[in-house]
Amino acid sequence: MSEGKPMTAIEGATVKLAPPPVALVGVSKRFGATQALADVSLDLLPGEIHGLVGENGAGKSTVVKVLAGIHQPDAGTIVLDGKPVLIHGPAHARSLGIATVHQEPRLFPDLTVAENVFMGHAPTGRFGSVNWREMRRSAHVFFDSLSVSLDPTAVVRGLSMADQQLIEIAKALSIDARVLILDEPTASLSAHEVDRLFAIVRQTRDRGVAVLFVSHRLEEVFQLCGRATVLRDGRHVVTAPTSELTAADLVRYMVGRSVSLFPRSASKIGDVLLDVKGLTRVGAFRDITFSVRAGEIVGLAGLVGAGRTEVARVLFGIDRADAGEVLLEGKRVRFKTPSEALRAGVAYVPEDRHLDGLVAGFSIAENVSLPIIPRLFPHLFIRGSRERNLAAGYTERLRIRSTGVGELIEALSGGNQQKVVIAKWLATEPRVLILDEPTRGVDIGAKVEVHRIISDLAASGLGIVLISSELPEVLAMSDRIMVLHEGRITAEIPRAEASEERVMFAATGQNAEETHSGA
Amino acid sequence: MALSAPANVRAPSRVGTLIGRAARSREVTLAAVVVVLSMFVWFEAPNFLSSTNLISVTALTAIIVIAAVGEALVIITKNIDLSVESTMGLVAFVVAEMLKGQNIPLPAAWALGIGLGLALGMANGVVITIFRVPSIVATLGTLSIYRGLTYWVANGQEITTSDLPNGYTDPASQTIFGVPLFVILAIAVVIVAALILRYTVFGRQVYAVGSNAEAAATIGVGARSTVFLVFALAGMLAGVAGVLWGIEFGQLYASSASGESLAVIAAVVVGGVSISGGSGTVVGAAIGALFLGLINNALTVLNLPQEWLQVIYGAVILLAVVTDALVQMRTQRAKARSRMR
Repeated sequence: MSEGKPMTAIEGATVKLAPPPVALVGVSKRFGATQALADVSLDLLPGEIHGLVGENGAGKSTVVKVLAGIHQPDAGTIVLDGKPVLIHGPAHARSLGIATVHQEPRLFPDLTVAENVFMGHAPTGRFGSVNWREMRRSAHVFFDSLSVSLDPTAVVRGLSMADQQLIEIAKALSIDARVLILDEPTASLSAHEVDRLFAIVRQTRDRGVAVLFVSHRLEEVFQLCGRATVLRDGRHVVTAPTSELTAADLVRYMVGRSVSLFPRSASKIGDVLLDVKGLTRVGAFRDITFSVRAGEIVGLAGLVGAGRTEVARVLFGIDRADAGEVLLEGKRVRFKTPSEALRAGVAYVPEDRHLDGLVAGFSIAENVSLPIIPRLFPHLFIRGSRERNLAAGYTERLRIRSTGVGELIEALSGGNQQKVVIAKWLATEPRVLILDEPTRGVDIGAKVEVHRIISDLAASGLGIVLISSELPEVLAMSDRIMVLHEGRITAEIPRAEASEERVMFAATGQNAEETHSGA
Repeated sequence: MALSAPANVRAPSRVGTLIGRAARSREVTLAAVVVVLSMFVWFEAPNFLSSTNLISVTALTAIIVIAAVGEALVIITKNIDLSVESTMGLVAFVVAEMLKGQNIPLPAAWALGIGLGLALGMANGVVITIFRVPSIVATLGTLSIYRGLTYWVANGQEITTSDLPNGYTDPASQTIFGVPLFVILAIAVVIVAALILRYTVFGRQVYAVGSNAEAAATIGVGARSTVFLVFALAGMLAGVAGVLWGIEFGQLYASSASGESLAVIAAVVVGGVSISGGSGTVVGAAIGALFLGLINNALTVLNLPQEWLQVIYGAVILLAVVTDALVQMRTQRAKARSRMR
């Protein structure tokens, strides 16, 4: 990775001028208020690996899901062998020869490798009974042809992520797929496993299969792909042969999303509250070092899977670190449970507020008081008035719109629910607040409100760790930005020097030098 | 991405919103059904409202209500206790056995019976929270074990009223200001349980654990200790129900109270406690028990075949669960439509 230019020769760039086996023509897709795809066109050629890159939320996953039959486009067409088709569902997509390998393997863990490969189209004998010998034999032949040593009779549970990924690919190819879609296939693989996967993907390409390769890792795109397409904000930005692109070009095409923001008000920066030194959790992140001062917002940027949430979970005592230390106001802490973290003054607003955040069937007041009821009412009995007053204070401060604190949480809009989550953690009176994707899934207006709240909280002297996948949000809100790439901090960028390009470079594992040499 | 509304909703904290929500709640609907059904039965069979009939309906119903309160607590935490009938049977038999042989004072025998129920409930709790056996499997096991213990204690014998102290079954027919004693006791249990659920930290945690165990865990609410306590309480209340069972019938077999788990669970579920946890009230469970008791009695006074009772109990459980599932499917579809990505 000394050069922005790819070292590997461009392999198999356009074989023949046959019609593309599959193409998207002017495809649009909208989810609620979000325009996930707008007029996207993309063609996949036989014998070519096509890279698809873009920031989080750029629309890559939606393209995959449209091709896999999970979503149907609102407008535009999918063209298969020159004819427009309507893909009704995942099974239909497979029957059309479009096979998808999702990021997380979706296998039956208690069945054998062979059963998984042939699920749904097992070889049958007379009377339609399953021909087990034939199934094992063809699985074996199949793995041999890919020079993979996997026992077809082994049970899937307990196999490595890499092996499971291979089974997914074998499954895809066993239906004679003409189009193979790989969605972030390398996210959880080691370098060696990636090499093995690439060898197989190349073999697959050489058989004339059209491959769509979705990845965050730019160097992989250069290694593997003949052409690459960049999406931004659900729009097609560019498609070009990778030989004509540099990493710097790709990053420049990826950044520049439009997001409305609340201007950050300045706050007085005080003493160091949280000091993280060399924090490591095997398999998630290593050697994470940063500090947060009172009144400061430290942004944790990075692509999905970079390890940001994992760091937050350790800081909040949900998971344990394997090495390194955390100092809170100068004192070394090692939280074993979230309650310990809460007592010490660390609060964490999780990413998925359904899973970890709110209790349906509880009123606003009951949700807000939940983390602190044992402290609020040490004599076991709840005094409703006290609880409601507490909640009312926060609903006013955070401007939560409701008919009153007795209103049920599920009656509120997404943005107001998110504010209740924040209120709930503020009720624990934290010194350090970790916010994980605080504006995901809320509308623009509520987003600005949440930004205002975060800004106010920092001004009141809290130390804030802001995890966000939206670059403009991180840039606008943070005093400093720590960029994570595959579990390591690849850059620390002060507010004044922060730009989308710099953050994206660090987040995709390039270093700043390349920006200049590559451009 | 809005949270979906649960199948039904607990009583709110303010009187102002109480009326509005009550109109939609299962408790009020069911209470109305109970009134209408009673009037119909009374119209068809005027002896329905005779005091002998009323006392006999209410005594058994009161016993089921008390057991149903415990079961409701368990189901709100997204668990289930199938062993309630065996706990009742074992407690009823052991209390009678103590009174038959030893010259033990009545209150002591009763207290020991309730303590036995508590111990059996705690045993359920240990298996479920410490050995992490799913409650449906754990209590299926203890359903059989506790019944087996009763057969062992009974050793082929049964206990008749003549074995018990004189007038032992009298409290079953006693009334205070015209209200049967058992009914007063059941109402007291319901009120205390409702207050605990509504106004204590423990009660809040019961709902939190049942509604969103992950959320409860992240804020340090111990799901396991809450579930343990709930099973212990359910065992204790089944013990109370068992003691009353002995007083009500006087005649006890090793198989006494067999099949009552179905009645208890049916009462809870029809009373609006969601089988998927996190919502429902003990008042609803009590009204559910009243509703089933009324159907039971209606079959008798209207000379309809009693065999239908099992079918009705089963059908009522399925109907209540299907209704919940339909409501959930509808809110989920609404959620899917409004999803952002």
